[in-house]
Amino acid sequence: MLAASPAAAGQFIFVALALGCLTHAFIADDFSVRYVAENANSNLPVMYKVAAVWGGHEGSMLLWVFVLAGWTLAMAGFSRSLPSVLRARTLGVLGLISVGFLLFILLTSSPFDRLLPAPADGQDLNPLLQDPAMAIHPPMLYVGYVGFAVVFSLAVAALMGGRMDSAWVRWSRPWATVAWLFLTIGILLGSFWAYYELGWGGWWFWDPVENASFMPWLAGTALIHSLAVAEKRGSFKAWVVLLAIMTFSLSLLGAFLVRSGVLTSVHSFASDPARGVFILGFLSVTVVGSLTLYAWRAPAIRNVGTFALLSRETLLMANNVLLMVACASVLIGTLYPLAMEALGLGRISVGPPYFNAVFVPLMLVLAGLIGLGPLTSWRRMTPTNLAHRIRWALLVSLTATGVLIAVYWNGTTLGMAVGMFMACWIITTVAVNIRSRLQLRGGLRGLAAISPSVYAMNLAHLGMAVFIIGAGAVETYGIERTVRLGPGDSATVAGYRFTFQDVRDVQGPNYTGTQGYFTVTQGGGPVADLLPEKRNYPVRRSSMTEPAIDAGLFRDLFVALGEPLDEGAWSVRLQYKPMIRWIWGGALMMALAGLLAVADRRYRVRIKQSPTMHPSEGT
Amino acid sequence: MLMKGQIYRKQAILSAFVALIVVAAPVAGLEPLGFDDPARQARYEALLHQLRCVVCQNQSLASSDAGLAGDLRQRVHQMVAEDQTNDAIKTHLIERYGDFVLYRPPVTARTYVLWFSAPVLLLAGIIVLAVTVHRRHHLPPRRLDANERTQLRRVLSDHRNDVS
Repeated sequence: MLAASPAAAGQFIFVALALGCLTHAFIADDFSVRYVAENANSNLPVMYKVAAVWGGHEGSMLLWVFVLAGWTLAMAGFSRSLPSVLRARTLGVLGLISVGFLLFILLTSSPFDRLLPAPADGQDLNPLLQDPAMAIHPPMLYVGYVGFAVVFSLAVAALMGGRMDSAWVRWSRPWATVAWLFLTIGILLGSFWAYYELGWGGWWFWDPVENASFMPWLAGTALIHSLAVAEKRGSFKAWVVLLAIMTFSLSLLGAFLVRSGVLTSVHSFASDPARGVFILGFLSVTVVGSLTLYAWRAPAIRNVGTFALLSRETLLMANNVLLMVACASVLIGTLYPLAMEALGLGRISVGPPYFNAVFVPLMLVLAGLIGLGPLTSWRRMTPTNLAHRIRWALLVSLTATGVLIAVYWNGTTLGMAVGMFMACWIITTVAVNIRSRLQLRGGLRGLAAISPSVYAMNLAHLGMAVFIIGAGAVETYGIERTVRLGPGDSATVAGYRFTFQDVRDVQGPNYTGTQGYFTVTQGGGPVADLLPEKRNYPVRRSSMTEPAIDAGLFRDLFVALGEPLDEGAWSVRLQYKPMIRWIWGGALMMALAGLLAVADRRYRVRIKQSPTMHPSEGT
Repeated sequence: MLMKGQIYRKQAILSAFVALIVVAAPVAGLEPLGFDDPARQARYEALLHQLRCVVCQNQSLASSDAGLAGDLRQRVHQMVAEDQTNDAIKTHLIERYGDFVLYRPPVTARTYVLWFSAPVLLLAGIIVLAVTVHRRHHLPPRRLDANERTQLRRVLSDHRNDVS
C-alpha cells in the first residue's frame, strides 16, 4: 500500500521527462520527429512552438497523461491524512487510468515517431491555433477534465471499502471544485477564442467538440452541489458517487468523440478505427466496471437525515434533476446525428435552434432555483417563512423586469424577458442572503465573519446572473451586417458610424496579409480606430480572418474583412455585440468562486488520524 | 464530402482539440447582401442562422466561407426579396439537400427520440424526486447500532477531554 506514493512521483517524473523531450524537439526545430514536422515551422514564434506541443493529437494526449500524472502526484502529496487503505485504493484507480492512457499513446498515438529523411522545414502549426488563448486553453481544459478522474477514483475507492463517511465527502469536495473551476476556465477560453479568432463573432456554436467539454461541466456542477448536501446533511451520498462516475465517464466520452475522428464523419472513423476503438473500449470498461461496482456496493451506503418537501435538500435535488436532464439533452443532441448516420437512417443536423428550444428553458428554470435554494432552510421550511424571506426580492425583480422591458421594448423576446427576470431574481436574492447573514452577525462588521464558502456560492450565482445578462443581450439585441465599402465609404450600425479609410499590406513572422483601416465615430465624436486583417500563411496555404474589436463593458464593436470586390471596395462584416463581455465575465466569476470555495479554512484543517475515524480500514 | 481548398473554420474548433489538418486556400464569398427594410433583414439573418452549409464542418450559412454557402445565401436572399415564406424557403432547400440543411430537425418518427427524450427524462426526474422526498419525509430517525454507539461515546468523551 505504501508503494503508491513513490510510484505516483516516479510516474510524474517520467511523463514530465517525455513532455520535456517533446517540447525540446519543438524548440530545437527537430523535424526528424514526425509530429514536430507536422505541427511546427522554423519561423513559428517560440511561444507557439511550445503551444504546438499540444496542437496535435499525439502531443495533446501526452499533455493529458502529464496532467493526470500531476493530479495523481497532488493526490499522493495531499492525502497523508486519509486512511491509508482509501488512499492506496484511490491512487491505484488513478494508476489504472494512467495505464490506459499511456497504452493508448504507446499503441496508437506516439508523438515520437521518426520521419526520415527529415524534411527541411515543418508544415507549421494551424494558424487558428497561433493565439495566446488557444495556447493555454487545452492545458486548462485538461486540468478540468482529468481532475474529475481524482473524484472518480475517490468514489470508486469508497465503493470498494463499502463505506462513505463525512470525512470522505469533506475530502472529495475541494478536488471536485478545483476540477470544475479549471474546466470552467478552459471552456471560457475556448469560447473567447472562438469569438475573436474564428472571425464570425459567435461565442458558442453547440459544436460537438464544445458539447464534449460542456457535458462534464454540467454533470460536475450537479456534483459539487450534491457534495454540499452530502457534507452538510449526510444525504445524497450514493447519488454523489454515481455523479462522480458519470462526470468522469462524460470526460472520457468527450475524449472519444474528439479523438476518434467520429465527428468529422462516421465513415472516416470506420476506415481508421484504431484510436476510436481503443478509447471506446477503455470507456466501456470504465463505465461498466464502475457501474457494476456501484450496483453491488451502493446499497451499503446509508444516507442519514430527513427532509420535508420544502427544504433546501429538495431544491438541490431539483437542481440536480434539471442539470442532468440538460446534460442528457446535450448528449442526445450531440450523438443523435452520429447514431442516425451510423444506422443508415439519413443525415440530420442538430444545431443551435434545437438547443435553444430544449436546453435553454431548463436553464431558465434552474436560474429560478438558484435564487430560491440559498434562501431556503435545510430540512424544512414553512411556505409562509419562505414567502416572507423572498417577498422583497420577488417584488424588486418583477419591478426591475417591467422597467427593463419598457426601456428595451424594441426587439425583446419572451425568452429575453424571462432571462431579465431571472438575472434580477438571482441578484436580489443574493443581496437578501448576504443581508440576512449580516443581521445575524451584527451589521457590516460581520462581513469578515461570513465564511469564504458563503461568498463563493453567492459569487458563483452572481456569475450566473451576469452570464444570463450577457448571453441574452448579445443574442437578442446584437446586430450584424455584411456591407460593401469602398475607401472613404461608411456604414452605420447601432448608431456607430464605421468609415473605411484604406487598406495596406502587412508582413508577419510567418504570414503576409492585408490590413484594413476603419475609424468609428458616434454622434461625430471618435470612438475607435480598428485594424482588421486578412492573413495568408504560405506554409499551410491557408488564409485567416483576423477581426478587429473595440471592446467595452457594455458593447463590443467588431469589424472583419470579407473579400476584395471591384474598384478597391471590400465586403466588410460589421457587428454590434451588446454586453458580450458579460458572458466571459460571468464564467470568470464562477471560476473565482471555485477558488474562493477551496480557500475555506475547513478544508485545510487536518483530519485527525485516529482509529475511530476510518472504520472502513481492514475490512 | 469536404471540398478541397476551402477553409473550414469550424473544423478549427475541432482542431483546437483534435488538430485535424486544415487544408486551406482562397476563400470564396462573403458577399454584401442585405435589406434596407429591417423586418426583411431580420428574417434573412434569422434564416441564415437556421440553415446549415451542407459541405462544411458544422457551420451555418451565416458563418461559412464555402462557395456553396455563398450560393445558398444568394438564393435565400432572392427568395426573401420575393416575399416567399420561411416555410417555402426551407422546403425549397430541403428538396435539394435533405433535412441535413436544417439546424432544427423536423419532428418526424425518426426524431421522436431526439425531441422527446428531454421532456420524458424531466418527467422521470420529477417522479424520482417526488418519491425520494416522500420517503425521506417519513423516514424514521435511524437508530445507531452497538458499534456506532461505542464510537459516539468515545468521540464525545474525547471531545470533553479536549474542551477541559
